[in-house]
Amino acid sequence: MTALDQTPELLPLGIDGVLVRFATTLTEDANAHALGFRDLVQDMALVGVTEVASSLVSVRVGFDPAQTDRATVMGALRSLLEQHQTKDEGPRRLWRIPAAFGTDFAPQLGEVAGMAGLTPQQAITEIEATQVRVIAIGFAPGQPYLGMLPDHWNIPRQTELTKKLPRGALITAVRQLIIWAADAPTGWRHIGQTAFRVYRPETTQPFAFEPGDAVQFQAVSDTDFRAIKVNTDTNGGATCEVLR
Amino acid sequence: MPTLTIHKAGPGLTVQDLGRPGWKAQGLSTGGAADPLALLESAAVLGVKPSDAVIEMMGFGGTFSMDEDMRIALTGAVMQADIDGEAVAHNTTHVLPAGAKLIIRAASKGVYGYLRFAGGIATAPIMGSRATHLTAGIGKRLEAGDTLPLGSDPDPSGAPQKLPKTDRFAGGTIRIMPGPQTDFFRKEAQRAFCAAQFRRGQSGNRQGIKLEHKGNIFGTSSGLTHVSDLIVPGDIQITGAGVSYILLAECQTIGGYPRIGNVIPADLPKIAQAPPGTPLQFQFLTLAEADATATAQTDQLHALTKSCQPLIRDPHDIADLLGYQLISGATPGDDLERP
Repeated sequence: MTALDQTPELLPLGIDGVLVRFATTLTEDANAHALGFRDLVQDMALVGVTEVASSLVSVRVGFDPAQTDRATVMGALRSLLEQHQTKDEGPRRLWRIPAAFGTDFAPQLGEVAGMAGLTPQQAITEIEATQVRVIAIGFAPGQPYLGMLPDHWNIPRQTELTKKLPRGALITAVRQLIIWAADAPTGWRHIGQTAFRVYRPETTQPFAFEPGDAVQFQAVSDTDFRAIKVNTDTNGGATCEVLR
Repeated sequence: MPTLTIHKAGPGLTVQDLGRPGWKAQGLSTGGAADPLALLESAAVLGVKPSDAVIEMMGFGGTFSMDEDMRIALTGAVMQADIDGEAVAHNTTHVLPAGAKLIIRAASKGVYGYLRFAGGIATAPIMGSRATHLTAGIGKRLEAGDTLPLGSDPDPSGAPQKLPKTDRFAGGTIRIMPGPQTDFFRKEAQRAFCAAQFRRGQSGNRQGIKLEHKGNIFGTSSGLTHVSDLIVPGDIQITGAGVSYILLAECQTIGGYPRIGNVIPADLPKIAQAPPGTPLQFQFLTLAEADATATAQTDQLHALTKSCQPLIRDPHDIADLLGYQLISGATPGDDLERP
């Protein structure tokens, strides 16, 4: 991993938290640093640290002020940042998730492919060929932001919001994909459909993804997809391979 | 297992506890009671664990009954209440006899009222907590006709207790601490924010409340675009249009609007409990000053428990005074001589 072009900042985020911010704009490098640093801090199990969460470009380390204090946590994080600079072990897990891209399931695929200068088939091929990473989880519980697609996928959000999308919809904007989990409007465009549930509160492992996981989509026919969808035992036919 | 029946329910009744920490990385905020101090208060007065689940009532109460005698306490927003016509005092233990009707009316002060049963609500925990998290699809609003399982009262004959009144329902000056984006705002904007007279706006829920004010817009330096970043309860977000929102327990975990600062946990209950129109002003603490206000929940609970007082009831308030045995220990005088 390359050194960052800006020094990470250690900033307060709440009375019980320190934010380590690797950049103020989204870059793949800053995101990789955030994901790697979250792993590192988590593995260190520092005294009094209660929670380690990463977002696109930063990591929040939550602590219990009764067990430690800000100065101690910041000191520990500074020395971890020195160790962290050269570390890149890649994703811990690889998910393979079937997705349908046919007319019934991908209402805006043609429009998006056009904006990216591709045919719909080329767009599907590129999605299948790109191993994306879970760069952040949020907005709705378990909902992954997956990136990054090639540069020509740098498509802005649409100005009109789509009011409702089916759960598992594959949507895109700004070189990213999302497997939709929320019951909320969005400006991202609907280009495919999975039967994958990112969040299952009723189970012992409610969240499918960890930040940093790799995801590869596998195109299936609409007919095959309908069959996958009715078989609720398999979580959309997805598989998860542990890489390290 | 004792069962609670809900006969009438206001629109904002949910089961809550101290929340579900540890899932921010997966996009789930901690949630839990909007005013966690009220949970510590009721735990202190009843002498039970603060982690037991309670009923949170936003603005309006409901009608409840039990199939077993159970001690209860009402804390948080002040809501007029009675048990079969007998007034229930705020921050005070009462016995809800089996079959009696507990009626809790609308809040006269504050927003979130809490009804704690000494036995605790015994619904199945999800991810280690019973807290309803509506935006995450965990649990649901309680409705008329619902029943809930409770634990048994661990000390049914516990001496009645009360806590001295605390008022956190009138807004006032709220202390805030700097956050990761405070410097995105120019010094003048930060000063203007602290000089502004805000009012709690009409819109608000467990995710956050809107602030209203006349005059200045507290924008960030022009042309700056920010990547979405982690947010926490207490954060004050300012939208592009200059409208301020304060995030509460059930906020999202990542947000895109710049945040000028964070309301310290000690003052956040004042925000949650401020009804629309309540005046609010903000004062920046230094980081060191803010950190010095951190108090462990166990210490808070300990202090509250120490301030509990045995309840001495005024005879005028006792409707069935003659039903009580008012003199005890009176004897014929020859007890010791009897065999």
